[in-house]
Amino acid sequence: MPDRYHIHTVAAPARFRRIGKFANVDWREDCSRCSNCVKPRCLYDVYKRESAYNRDPQTPVETLDECKACLSCVQGCTKGLLGVSVNPEFLDMGDEYWKPEILLTTWNQADTGKIPVSGAGYRGRFHGPGFDSIWTDMSEIVRPTRDGIHGREYISTSVDIGPKPLRLEFTPDGAMLSAPLRLLELQLPAILDMPAWAAQGTRLAAARIAAARELKTLAVVRAGDAVQALPKQLPSVTPVLTREDIANSQDILEGARMAQLWDGPEVVGLAIELLSINPQLTISVRMPLSPASAGRIVELSRAGLKVFHLCADQHGRERLGNGAPGRHIKDSLREVHGRLVAEGLRDEITLIVSGGIALAEHMAKAIICGADLVAVDTALLVALGCRVCRDAHPRDAHGEARCGVAELCPAETDSVDCAYATQRIVNLMGAWHSQLIEVLGAMGIREVRRLRGEVGRAIFMEDIEKEAFGDICRVPRSRVSA
Amino acid sequence: MTISDAEVQVRIRVSTPEPESPRLGHSDWPQETVAREIRPAPDRYRNALGKYKVERLAACQSCGHCTEVCRYGVHSKPAGYKFTLRPLDCLCIGPECAETPESCVSQCPHQALSVRPNPTAQCMGDARWSSDLILSTWHQAATGHAAPAHLESRTGASGGGFDSLRFKFEVPGFDQATPVPAGAEIDTGLDLNHRGDGRPQVHIDLPIYGGGMSFGSVSIHTILGKARAAAAWNSFTCTGEGGYHDRLKPYDDYVITQVATGLFGVREDTIQRVRIVEFKYAQGAKPGLGGHLLGDKNTPAVARMREAVAGNALFSPFPFHSVYSVEDHKKHVDWIKEVNRHCLVSVKVSTPTDVDMVAVGSYYAGAHIIHLDGSYGGTGAAPDIAKKNIAMPIEYAVPKVHKFLAAEGIRDKVTLIASGGIRTAYDVLKTIALGADGVVIGTAEMVALGCVRCACCESGRGCPRGIASTDPELMMQVPLEWATQRLINLNNAWREQIVDVLSRLGMTSIRELRGRTDVLCRLSDEEVSQ
Repeated sequence: MPDRYHIHTVAAPARFRRIGKFANVDWREDCSRCSNCVKPRCLYDVYKRESAYNRDPQTPVETLDECKACLSCVQGCTKGLLGVSVNPEFLDMGDEYWKPEILLTTWNQADTGKIPVSGAGYRGRFHGPGFDSIWTDMSEIVRPTRDGIHGREYISTSVDIGPKPLRLEFTPDGAMLSAPLRLLELQLPAILDMPAWAAQGTRLAAARIAAARELKTLAVVRAGDAVQALPKQLPSVTPVLTREDIANSQDILEGARMAQLWDGPEVVGLAIELLSINPQLTISVRMPLSPASAGRIVELSRAGLKVFHLCADQHGRERLGNGAPGRHIKDSLREVHGRLVAEGLRDEITLIVSGGIALAEHMAKAIICGADLVAVDTALLVALGCRVCRDAHPRDAHGEARCGVAELCPAETDSVDCAYATQRIVNLMGAWHSQLIEVLGAMGIREVRRLRGEVGRAIFMEDIEKEAFGDICRVPRSRVSA
Repeated sequence: MTISDAEVQVRIRVSTPEPESPRLGHSDWPQETVAREIRPAPDRYRNALGKYKVERLAACQSCGHCTEVCRYGVHSKPAGYKFTLRPLDCLCIGPECAETPESCVSQCPHQALSVRPNPTAQCMGDARWSSDLILSTWHQAATGHAAPAHLESRTGASGGGFDSLRFKFEVPGFDQATPVPAGAEIDTGLDLNHRGDGRPQVHIDLPIYGGGMSFGSVSIHTILGKARAAAAWNSFTCTGEGGYHDRLKPYDDYVITQVATGLFGVREDTIQRVRIVEFKYAQGAKPGLGGHLLGDKNTPAVARMREAVAGNALFSPFPFHSVYSVEDHKKHVDWIKEVNRHCLVSVKVSTPTDVDMVAVGSYYAGAHIIHLDGSYGGTGAAPDIAKKNIAMPIEYAVPKVHKFLAAEGIRDKVTLIASGGIRTAYDVLKTIALGADGVVIGTAEMVALGCVRCACCESGRGCPRGIASTDPELMMQVPLEWATQRLINLNNAWREQIVDVLSRLGMTSIRELRGRTDVLCRLSDEEVSQ
């Protein structure tokens, strides 16, 4: 058995006051300073920390943002003076996809690198759009080798980038005709992608590169940002190149294992040019996810390109280019995957998908829908404290927010220390990796490669709703609320 | 309605069984009976929470007019008091009253009163267990009767599953069944043994019993409260995976011994003293993962019962190490049946895509009860990713299994019990209409004991409200007598609602409702072609 892949996480506390869900424990006048005060009895020392902060301004400001809303103080106060409310600042974070709860759990994972655990069952909506309408399978009884995912058992999360031939071909006298197999193996089914909007600080790119090296995966960076990579880091760097960049990127291309080109009329020519610099290089084509993706992939694969990075928008939807929201990744990816299977091309092609990958479960679900691996973008910014602001960023011509304005960014991603940022990214990916293993373990699947396209091991809301509730008559919701 | 001090002193009458009454089980321990009495068991905190908050400004002159106006007992000014007391806003029914000219707000001569939604109450709960559901469960546990109309006590706000299902009588425009004539007896009881294998029949008076929560995950008062309420209602509670506490022995006839993957505290004796033994293959809180007791909660007392080392986190493996096939599973069931020749065997599984096959396999292996635990339930600590994403919700699993068992021709030979996200009496009824025989509840009992679903069950010393904690100081917040009464009351309130619904549907037994999806309808956001 190879050495077990392990992500070394180290606590990296947040730099900023965290915005808790509950805050504003408000005083009402009338406190009689009784001897039965509930404040010293808070199980989480929320009030003690508050008073420590009031005495010493150097104390980190966390105060009531740590309140868990157990309401013991509210219900126990002798005179009933206390109240808790949901923090409006919390509700105001993020947007309808990057919900405040997602931001909070991402921060917690980046702080500690640990799996989020809580009690009291599931708390959210029954189902939702996109990934929230998929459940993954589990097995009651699994293979004899099993002795727990945290025991001796090894669940592999490594994936390969590159074409896998269905068979080897030989000449009659035994010489191999097939080209030698050249796969790029990553230990995590996720690469670290550029932020989708223009928060493109070189520090962030450096942190991504360092984190990718530690995580044994790849960091996608602009060619200009790749220059800062140390020679030993180059195998972890995937520069995104334009025609102009190629001439200036000889050194990088010689050290890198993968490079990306934006899809365009000259993409095949550029790929040939790159291979002439480094014949070992894996070329991936970056393209917006759209209804035309499947056809374009088939077309380019005939021209010899085998690795495709499909970029959905930040809410995990197709980019239609006309501003209208497209289908979700789960639908369009299943279509692409199905088309490639039908064409007999699936094992020759590697699909990387990005956009809207916000939680560890999205990684698993995107792979179930047909991706080989995902690319994580916005979640890495969130790990550094980004709140996916709606207002602070000027919009570009396409309506995407731009984080160009340093003084407006509450997370100050421009000034982040590179080593610290690296650790936060490693922590987040470490927590995701552990969660992916939980999902695989529950299914009894021992390597993530086997999860690709395994729709039979997932439960899709549309199907199960029909199967379970199909015989129950439907009425419009308006009939009861009216 | 204020509650007097005498009523606050909730007492449970305990009596020894009459000598001539037939013994239910084969326990070697004297069995206690608990009276099925409904008594008030008000909130154990000083300030009960209400949906609305009644504010009294300094302009109040304590004239006492509000105490005459309010019909709900919110305002009071006892004789001899100079000032009006702090409003008991948990009794206020909100704008429905406050916006009328007769309300305290309108009538106050000094405009000192106002009513607004209570922001603290909005901090409780979530989409599945809305604040209203928690408050209404508290009301039912406190009074033993259905919650008042200003609290939504039937469905949560999750937007799917039970929350999108309604009985047709709740929706205008459907023909209604002829109700059962008033005074007719409506049976809510359930037999659990349908195999006809010569083993004793086990009857429960409600189609509901309590889920497994181990000693360690919850306090002994919580466990005993559940057991005593089960004894009062001739129902069951389950030990969970933490061994059999000595103090449970007086209620042996109402306890299910759980044999789970970690086998913590399972001995021959614990299997022999009960009427039902449950195998836990998986659990809805974390399908595909073993149980997990964090180190802080593994106190010396807990460790002793589990025969483990105190302070260490205890992981149960997943799955059973001795079961790799359905034949192995049969061997397991046979083993239990051999150790206890009088017990029924329940098999608790989670809800994978092939849950229907699992159920059939369990039946052929000899199970009397198939217990499906859906993925949205659970009371214990679990990774967030498992709670939401792994395995299907119970609403889908029940009809799937029910139909499959029927197609196999074995539906009437096995008892199908569902759990995992059943929160209200209406959820119970909907589950049965979807095809289950009965249900198991867990979180609803915790809420009845004062849980606000802050989700801190697992951290540090455990539950800040003393329910899911073995910390000696915290657990004393929940007195045993109070806990018992709250659960007895909750069962009664649910039974009243079940009887009410059955009578509206024209049914005289809960068993008639099983699989009757024709009494349900499903709310849809899309336009429905009629």
